[in-house]
Amino acid sequence: MSEVKKGYIYTETDEWVKVDGNEVLIGITDYAQHHLGDIVFVEITAEGKTIKKGDVLTTIESVKSANDVFSPVSGKVLAMNTKLEEDSGLINKDPYNEGWIARIQLANPEELSTLMQDEDYHQYRKE
Amino acid sequence: MTVKLLIESSKKGNTGIHLPLKSNFPKTDLHQTFPNEWVRETIGLPNVSEPEVVRHFTNLASLNYGVDSGFYPLGSCTMKYNPKINEKLANLEGFTKTHPLQPDFTVQGNLYLMMHFEQLLAEITGMDAFTLLPAAGAHGELTGMMIVKAYFQNKGEAEKRTKILIPESAHGTNPASAASVGFEIVEVKSTNCGGVDVAHLKEVMNDQVAAIMLTNPNTAGVFETDILEVAEIMHQNGSLLYYDGANLNALLGQVRPGDMGFDIVHLNLHKTFSTPHGGGGPGSAPVGVKEYLREYLPVPVIRERNHQITSETDQFNSIGMIRLAGSNFQVIVKAYLYILTMGSDGLKKASSIAVLNANYIKEKLSPFIPAGVPCICMHECVLSAKDFAPYGVQAKDISKRLIDYGFHPPTNYFPLIIPEALMIEPTETESKETMDHFIDAMKKIVQEAKENPSLLLEAPHYTPISRPDEVKAAKDLNVTY
Repeated sequence: MSEVKKGYIYTETDEWVKVDGNEVLIGITDYAQHHLGDIVFVEITAEGKTIKKGDVLTTIESVKSANDVFSPVSGKVLAMNTKLEEDSGLINKDPYNEGWIARIQLANPEELSTLMQDEDYHQYRKE
Repeated sequence: MTVKLLIESSKKGNTGIHLPLKSNFPKTDLHQTFPNEWVRETIGLPNVSEPEVVRHFTNLASLNYGVDSGFYPLGSCTMKYNPKINEKLANLEGFTKTHPLQPDFTVQGNLYLMMHFEQLLAEITGMDAFTLLPAAGAHGELTGMMIVKAYFQNKGEAEKRTKILIPESAHGTNPASAASVGFEIVEVKSTNCGGVDVAHLKEVMNDQVAAIMLTNPNTAGVFETDILEVAEIMHQNGSLLYYDGANLNALLGQVRPGDMGFDIVHLNLHKTFSTPHGGGGPGSAPVGVKEYLREYLPVPVIRERNHQITSETDQFNSIGMIRLAGSNFQVIVKAYLYILTMGSDGLKKASSIAVLNANYIKEKLSPFIPAGVPCICMHECVLSAKDFAPYGVQAKDISKRLIDYGFHPPTNYFPLIIPEALMIEPTETESKETMDHFIDAMKKIVQEAKENPSLLLEAPHYTPISRPDEVKAAKDLNVTY
């Protein structure tokens, strides 16, 4: 069974959000990385862009397929994880920490309440 | 057995060619003609003898696996048998020794064949006009999207109509083709059978939508039963419907995309009409349109005037040329022969048997590997290997083990909406005996997965290379040895 990190919040499209004041860290869940398989490429070009909730934040390519990652929140992309350029496998190895994808400054903190709590996500992706 | 590259077999002095000792050309010093950095002292060609080269390629060819060597149930690819008589006829000199830019009056036969073929495709699909120019499926999609753009430009709506709707179950080429023409992609959710979620379609519908791209049967191999409603919603909004012909093999002679409401279609001759593909290509993807879009078709167009067939470029609203000259003509000849040989009854029978075969495999295998969608399938079925997770076995491991049993694996991990997908398309050209052999092998593999999963995890056992490093292949590509 795939891991669901306590204290993070989740989307139906398998992104996680870690809230840190007015900023959030975003990545994809253990469930998602497991289903994608070995990840070979992550596009990290969104830095500095202003993004709306539901927009495509980046595209992840694995040996199986290419998939869009949708931004769970609206705001400004403060940073992308440049380490993924060298080692995209970080998302497979450590999806909740080293494998983070983007840091976003929240434009609209109320959006967070529309996301799933860890227990709900666990139920949602129970296999 | 490892297969050496020719360059690895190279030994200085070995050679398979004999150049004349005396040259008619004066010797020149390349260093005086070109800057030094442009001149290579050696060009790195392997030094090998003629028998070494012949054996190298003969041995490689013997490792190849194609439709002519065995069952090839690669879903979504329609790997049907390619009749050899079509190869023979397509190689007649009148076809092979003519040039696409030859004067029309010298190639009336070839032009007639193309014109008649366009008419046959129009009849089969329920469209009004065809172009035979696109070189393969994605090129057909691009052509179709350019027609959509030109249509709205001509109506003065190009600024507004910027969006193309694409179901989440679609082939990856669809969004790529639409984006290449500058459209924005909007994803439409799928039902549990891979169809268009009509409620969601209504939600995302607005006056910015130019068209929807659909495959029917959809990529899960299921017929889009809401297609008439989808067409009505699109047309009421002034938007167009584009038909991706990837799965037309299920419908030949039964129902027509034109009657479902599609405005533009592309066909894959190399799938539906039995011309070789997958290394044996090239492909060919004629694009058909309804009458009111005829003026946008790419040029040259083939017309008949005063008992002469001509290839003409004077079409004012045309999207222009989409390739330098001509179509993949010999592919068209083979597809034309296929249609004439089969006749309308034959085509109808082919699609009936293609659907029957897929359902036979699905019914026989689904007690062992559950079906991916709870629906009757058309010409291909999708199984989901997700229940094998406790044994550490994934869809790809089942496929790798199938190679040991002498079968080409089915398509893996597509469509994306079905976890651990194994997509099987037997086509109408397989006998019940062949399918039964395949079904038996799959059942044995399921048993092995539970009792001795390492048999699967280490498969294939009898190929020169067992499992290529897929991550390295994707990240560390080196094509210049």
